[in-house]
Amino acid sequence: MQKYSIFSLVKNAFSNHETWDLAWKDPTPKKEYDVVIIGGGGHGLATAYYLAKEHNITNVAIIEKGWIGGGNVGRNTTIIRSNYMYDDNALFSEFGMDLWRKMSQDLNYNVMFSPRGIINLAHSDAQMNVYARRGNSMRLNGIDAVLLNREQVKEIIPMADFSENVRFPIFGGLMQPSAGTARHDAVAWGYARQADSMGVDIIQNCEVIGFDVSGGKINGVRTSRGDIKAKKIGLCVAGSTNILAEKLNMTLPIETHLLQACVSEPVKPVLDRVVTFGAGHFYISQSDKGEMVMGGDLDGYNSYAQRGNLPTLQHVLTEGIAMMPFLSKLKMLRTWGGIMDMSMDGSPIIDKTHIEGLYLNCGWCYGGFKATPASGWTFAHTIAQDRVHELNSGYSLNRFSTGHLLDEKGLGTKTWIS
Amino acid sequence: MLHIKCPHCGMRSQNEFSYGGDASVKRPELGKEISDQDWDNFVYNRKSLRGKHWELWQHLSGCRQWIKVERDTSTHEIFNTLKATEEIS
Repeated sequence: MQKYSIFSLVKNAFSNHETWDLAWKDPTPKKEYDVVIIGGGGHGLATAYYLAKEHNITNVAIIEKGWIGGGNVGRNTTIIRSNYMYDDNALFSEFGMDLWRKMSQDLNYNVMFSPRGIINLAHSDAQMNVYARRGNSMRLNGIDAVLLNREQVKEIIPMADFSENVRFPIFGGLMQPSAGTARHDAVAWGYARQADSMGVDIIQNCEVIGFDVSGGKINGVRTSRGDIKAKKIGLCVAGSTNILAEKLNMTLPIETHLLQACVSEPVKPVLDRVVTFGAGHFYISQSDKGEMVMGGDLDGYNSYAQRGNLPTLQHVLTEGIAMMPFLSKLKMLRTWGGIMDMSMDGSPIIDKTHIEGLYLNCGWCYGGFKATPASGWTFAHTIAQDRVHELNSGYSLNRFSTGHLLDEKGLGTKTWIS
Repeated sequence: MLHIKCPHCGMRSQNEFSYGGDASVKRPELGKEISDQDWDNFVYNRKSLRGKHWELWQHLSGCRQWIKVERDTSTHEIFNTLKATEEIS
């Protein structure tokens, strides 16, 4: 594989950039692989990459119904953070933060990781107390957290509404300075390119039709491009999890819901942090192109539509304008939607299943993008070693029956409620 | 914007309703022996169908009644609505 560098850039400039190698191949599926990963999103690509890199398993295929990076990895709002209170979530996410920091060098691909910090705004004394508690928990787990008062927040984001007579005045906020954003497409492409170079077959336009299970063991998968045998199969399909689970006669603690995001027209640099509204569900950052990138609540009812509905968007942007009134002057450039695998406690599942050789990675709710490297790393470990790693031991499938829920937000089983 | 025909009030905008999830889920009967698996299925496990899906909605800013709605989860087309007391046929 051609290494990307300033020298390769200059060299290719002389040939009008017409002789670059393809970033990944377009192979025909083989009859059999050691491991098949279903789902060519960020998590699936990362899983294949870490299977090859950490476990030396390279006879791997990624099967993708559409194209690489066309699902949620290309539809999210690119926020990366580890500001969690519970140990299982905090340690997993912070492990991921380390992988994010090294990712561009590791993948030889500029993922434009930008640790610009995230601020969660607080709008009452009670909320400040809750944030102080979460911040302390984070610091005990070695994650940077700073509790900001109103004046400190005003210094960082002066464009927010600090007037006196507002419904949700800003009391302060909790900041994780090391959080940030990254270029989401580059993450998918970087993982795909490296996985491909180590021998992984990335098979696009290949839909899973069924599974070959016998005697409680998985033997392979039936696809629109023929049958593929594999002793180990990893399911990594986010919002489509229930559709494939049905083919396996499994019912999971997952519901598929729709989340929208949107960007405004590009404007000059105004916001150099990620900011979230604390009295509702709204988050915002500014992309390198100058667009304000925004998102918030789910549409609120089961959906596989991959496109949104207006009432939720209006509701979310009302919150945005309450927080930063200047947003009302901006024109909307694009809105879009992606389908989320909402788990019943708001935390993900990375585990083995009752079928030998079948592994499950799902339930990422709104938070899948930031988890891409840690999810891939731990899922690869779970598949390669046939046992969960300490880091994903809290993300078990049976925690729902044993009562060991990871309800970070305390929303009960209706995590889609707004 | 969805338009939902409330069996009590007629066609109304989605804004008047709130969502209550899968209507096919049945609470295990009181006083009977119930396995852990039955409870799991009632509390947590969902089919989350793609296509026709019976679900509960509440006409919150209207008659405040819970209703059942048959909706396609990939096209949002609504086929049928029933009162909460009416059985899905």
